[in-house]
Amino acid sequence: MVVGMTMETFLQQLINGLSLGSLYALIAIGYTMVYGILRLINFAHGDIFMMAAYFTYFGIAVFFLPWYVTFIITIGLTILLGVTIERVAYRPLRDAPKTSLLISAIGVSFLLENVATYLFSGKPQAFPEFPLLTTPFFIGGLSIQPVSIVIPIVAFILMSALLFMINKTKLGMAMRAVAVDYDTAKLMGIKINGVISSTFAIGSALAAVGAILWCMKYPSVLPLMGVVPGLKCFIAAVIGGIGNVKGAVLGGLILGFSEVLMVAFFPALTGYRDAIAFVILIIILLFLPNGLLGKKQVEKV
Amino acid sequence: MKKPLSVLLSLALVVTMAAGCSSGTTTTSSGDSDVIKIGVFEPLTGANAAGGELEVEGVELANKLRPEVLGKKVELVIADNKSDKAEATTAAARLIEKDKVVAILGSWGSSLSIAAGDVVKTNQIPAVALSATNPQVTAGNDYYFRVCFLDPFQGTVMANYASKKLNAKKVAIIQEVSNDYSVGLAKFFTDSFVKLTGDPNAIVATGNYNTGDQDFNGILTNIKAANPDAIFAPGNFTESALIIKQARALGITAPFIGGDTWETNEFITVGGADVEGAVMSTFFDDTNPLTEAGKTFVAEYKKAYPDRENIAAVTALGYDGYMMTLDAIERAGSADPVAIRDALAATKDFEGATGMITIDANGDATKNEAIIKTVKDGKFTYMDSVTID
Repeated sequence: MVVGMTMETFLQQLINGLSLGSLYALIAIGYTMVYGILRLINFAHGDIFMMAAYFTYFGIAVFFLPWYVTFIITIGLTILLGVTIERVAYRPLRDAPKTSLLISAIGVSFLLENVATYLFSGKPQAFPEFPLLTTPFFIGGLSIQPVSIVIPIVAFILMSALLFMINKTKLGMAMRAVAVDYDTAKLMGIKINGVISSTFAIGSALAAVGAILWCMKYPSVLPLMGVVPGLKCFIAAVIGGIGNVKGAVLGGLILGFSEVLMVAFFPALTGYRDAIAFVILIIILLFLPNGLLGKKQVEKV
Repeated sequence: MKKPLSVLLSLALVVTMAAGCSSGTTTTSSGDSDVIKIGVFEPLTGANAAGGELEVEGVELANKLRPEVLGKKVELVIADNKSDKAEATTAAARLIEKDKVVAILGSWGSSLSIAAGDVVKTNQIPAVALSATNPQVTAGNDYYFRVCFLDPFQGTVMANYASKKLNAKKVAIIQEVSNDYSVGLAKFFTDSFVKLTGDPNAIVATGNYNTGDQDFNGILTNIKAANPDAIFAPGNFTESALIIKQARALGITAPFIGGDTWETNEFITVGGADVEGAVMSTFFDDTNPLTEAGKTFVAEYKKAYPDRENIAAVTALGYDGYMMTLDAIERAGSADPVAIRDALAATKDFEGATGMITIDANGDATKNEAIIKTVKDGKFTYMDSVTID
């Protein structure tokens, strides 16, 4: 069922894949950072992303705040939410078995989804339009929304800033130390709680930026909108090697491109596009159990 | 100290289980009381919530106008099936076993109604689908009825519209593969359109997506390359609105046509200016009701919801479903579910808000008129009414 494809269509699909992949990358970073530090898969991350979308929706469409004020408030509230979740649901369980922590994360995820359904109703809300970013311009037969270009640029800038922070600053050094050995880092006088809170703050801030950009491109806000992106970005983080920031970005891009290209080359299989994420995950884990950029884990005895 | 409590709890569990089982065999436990319970089985959360809410409005309005039958008060028990097929089965079973309803109304969404089909059949509780248009809802099920038209009819109406009004020769289809309604309607449309044009290749592209998807750029880019004259995209309103938005952003100018599920306010609020001109078939036109019952319904609705600009067709169907069920209870002369079923099956020339309803051998309403509406200035606007024999 491969259709003959013009160069134009192919380029258009590449642009689609790039912007989708960059969005996945932004959210995947949040998963990978928390895992790197706490060895916890934060299943509530997709729902933090959803809450950020609602914060933006309320700021602009309900309270009529200017967009830049809304964005700052959204990022602030999302950070607050992420840090609070860590403080309330994860910190008391830090010395408990990892499974308890995981179950707590799933619980938080369900809680956020149901609170959102209760407060905001299950009906989709229309996200406000940003004509400057969404009105497409045409090059030849290509149609490009400015937001599709803005997304990869923002993702790239944020990732560079994050890598700089991790590799060059004191906080970053502390994060790396905690990731390598939690107990020793504690003994060395690193303020573990502060490091973990900042990790959640950074992950949530990136989820907030991801949510704002996501909603500009796909302008509807729903209580369950975080579930599928959350799962996919978790997969992206695993593909790239969970715990590795560059890996999360790589994984996100691979996932975005492969989804769109599968649709492009095998139109008959488009209904299975969600399955492709899992197929890629299985294949990569079979050959590279630690993901593409993951370090080999040595079992400590 | 804890032991007596646990014994008590397990005892309670056994009793509830026994009660749950027994309701499957006996029929009327609520028939003795002075209340008749009718279940309303609708998606109130999840992707289809807006549709479910509109139908509940219709049912509640009808209940307000006619709160009693056989001298007993009618109590509505509303159950949320969460837009989920697995939840739908549970919700229907709960209505029957726990709430002891004598009849069920709903659900918005054929898939959800189909999921509840076995439950109502084995428990012998009649159900009336309001806007579920897929033939499978009532096929092979003596206990499921409906008050709306069916998808083979709706598919033909839209194929005629595409071929005759839009002069389309080539059409692309975008369907929600996880939704029986969407896949079924797309198929009936295809059959009819191919026959009308006499061209077996009249469908130039097909795109599939899943409920809840938000990115459609991939499938739309393929469709753009196929350059169709029109795009038929039956499916859930949220996804459909996003599809149209993304299509316009990709520079696709072909008109979009769809089915009855589009007619919710969310389709317009999410789609904004991009859904202007989208065309869909539906059940009812509030500016021109065909029956006296329709006029009463419109007047009462406007009294109850003075701030609404237009009335969704599914709300009228919710009203009809309730009124037809009460009419059947009255004719049956009892609240026994099997007697109600027989009375529903014998419904003839019942005057509903959406037209005259006669139930045929399959349990379907025989209707041969559809309304075509379009989005104009941010409102669903009447375009045409189509009768096909």
